[in-house]
Amino acid sequence: MKDAFGIPQSLLVLGGTSEIGLATARRLITRRTRTVWLAGRPSPALDAAAEELRGSGADVRTVAFDALDSEAHEEALGKVFTEGDIDMVLLAFGVLGDQARDEGDPLAAVRVAQTNYTGAVSAGLVCARALQAQGHGSLVVLSSVAGERARRSNFIYGSSKAGLDAFAQGLGDALHGTGVHVMVVRPGFVRTKMTAGLAEAPLATTPDAVAAAIELGLRRRSETVWVPGALRVVMAGLRHVPRPLFRRLPV
Amino acid sequence: MAAAPSPTAPTSPGYDTVPVTGWGRTAPTSAHLVRPRSYEETVAAVRECAVTGRRGGIARGLGRAYGDAAQNAGGAVLDMTGLDRIHAIDAAGGTVLCDAGVSLHRLMEVLLPLGWFVPVTPGTRYVTVGGAIGADIHGKNHHVHGSFSRHVEALELLTADGEVRMVERGTELFDATAGGMGLTGVILTATVRLQRVETSLMSVDTERATDLDDLMARLTATDHRYRYSVAWIDLLARGSALGRAVLTRGDHAPLDALPARARRAPLEFRPGRLPAPPAFVPEGLLGRTTVGLFNELWYRRAPRLRTGELQKLAAFFHPLDGVPHWNRVYGRGGFVQYQFVVGYGQEDALRRVVRRISERRCPSFLAVLKRFGDSDPGWLSFPMPGWTLALDIPASLPGLGAFLDELDEEVAAADGRVYLAKDSRLRPELLDAMYPRLADFRSLRARLDPAGVFRSDLSRRLSL
Repeated sequence: MKDAFGIPQSLLVLGGTSEIGLATARRLITRRTRTVWLAGRPSPALDAAAEELRGSGADVRTVAFDALDSEAHEEALGKVFTEGDIDMVLLAFGVLGDQARDEGDPLAAVRVAQTNYTGAVSAGLVCARALQAQGHGSLVVLSSVAGERARRSNFIYGSSKAGLDAFAQGLGDALHGTGVHVMVVRPGFVRTKMTAGLAEAPLATTPDAVAAAIELGLRRRSETVWVPGALRVVMAGLRHVPRPLFRRLPV
Repeated sequence: MAAAPSPTAPTSPGYDTVPVTGWGRTAPTSAHLVRPRSYEETVAAVRECAVTGRRGGIARGLGRAYGDAAQNAGGAVLDMTGLDRIHAIDAAGGTVLCDAGVSLHRLMEVLLPLGWFVPVTPGTRYVTVGGAIGADIHGKNHHVHGSFSRHVEALELLTADGEVRMVERGTELFDATAGGMGLTGVILTATVRLQRVETSLMSVDTERATDLDDLMARLTATDHRYRYSVAWIDLLARGSALGRAVLTRGDHAPLDALPARARRAPLEFRPGRLPAPPAFVPEGLLGRTTVGLFNELWYRRAPRLRTGELQKLAAFFHPLDGVPHWNRVYGRGGFVQYQFVVGYGQEDALRRVVRRISERRCPSFLAVLKRFGDSDPGWLSFPMPGWTLALDIPASLPGLGAFLDELDEEVAAADGRVYLAKDSRLRPELLDAMYPRLADFRSLRARLDPAGVFRSDLSRRLSL
């Protein structure tokens, strides 16, 4: 069960090698979290992530999960929920793709969309139903500022996050009053292996900062969290910039 | 007021899925709310809990437990306030046999005109008899009269097998149920021994203590002279004023203490009510500034020493009951109650905790210190001989979770414990040290309720 501050005792991370996912798990383990499930494609990286979290004292288990294999989600995630309550699900998987290459390779672009969006739709719905049946829990969805407005430089990734963001918002409304809390997290540029080598955007942040924002959001039962918080104001402005002008902005 | 029965679940009357929280309004979870109106419906509801899924059920009274004791995510919550009959009053011997859903408020309304009072009352009258036993509540008279269960002769308990058992004092099942947070079964009725009173007024002595040591010295020296005793403590005071307090202590006023006019209706009981706060209060209304100001005024307003003041019952015992939904003043973030006890001889631990709370500048305007007397046999009963401090803090205070964890360590190291009826955040690892009979409780539950029919968010969170 979560405590009065919304901190879960058990956590399921979808995208078990995600740096933000692991930073969040590490942070929550120092609070109340004792059981962590890492869901991801079986790999040495997944095992290493589990081993590292075990070092901080949690009971860590892994489960094979592939975002692209939507048909298997029901069975893989259902198994996790039959083992006991999951107080929080962190939907942290996603790929950035390579915009320049993907524009010339439609199938690669579709893979980005399938991972980030359709994979999240099936996994999100499976988890939402399980959380609803147990009458409590938080579903935390990692969206992105890139989904807030399409940009020339990464609109394939951005459009997939836009879909995910809209899906999570709607799901949150659908689950309102059921005891299940859906929280959409919109980080800006996060310094991780996914963004290594990219030019850093203004207001860049770190996985640890995202984890801290998630903990605060859980306590406040927030519906939307921006990381850093200043992005809420920045994006509120950028959203309304006319397109001819927006096109020319160095964003 | 009562919602129409939902058409989706014809088997149970008044069947709704609703979000439920404790009085502190933190951590809502959703449950099927069942409102039984008879013993038969209660038995049927418990039998249904046993067959439908693995989420179980828990009895709930008036929802005054601060934390998650009467919540049951995804399962059933049995609202017992529909079972509220008073069956028999022995006006000569001073006992009452009533349903568990009867509130202490109702008992006072009925019993006071007969010259009887409830044996133990907490800071609110709006608790049920069942809840009073389940949490084994204590009041301002604990140092002389113990907790509520000491005054319960027997109770009827509906257990997981659907049977109703008569549970007498002195049995294992009684001791597991008193303070057992509703996890041994649903209490249906109880026979409670009452307190004889001549009037419905209190004779109250008030005095100020300038700091914590002064307060503890005064309480230690003179507490035994009073039936009721409590100290309000200013936890925002610092330096030499650390722990300054206002002591209010007293007893039921005898008839001859009343002025002539009041003697015509000495047992009158008509508590007033103020308007409730609005449903939405901005978070942070009770910050350090406002609470600091309140505490300053509250302390200054109290007389240095006043004796024999006549107060109404409600003003002495239940000042907050005059404000319906007072828990809303903390805003939607809610608040956390922290109550712990450390034994006599552990005064240093108490001093350290008070100092830390003061240094941390926790805005608490309802901090209360009192001395407990002998404990009662309830396995998970909270009171034990020693000092108990209770305070409430807005849940939105940054870093509060980690801070309270540190206080828990201090309390556990001093062989103390925190109160489960108020808890919503304790680290499960500390529970065994705080409640030495926990293993007995768990094994009795395993025997009595192997399928886990009775469950609550509290029992899941702490693996009770």
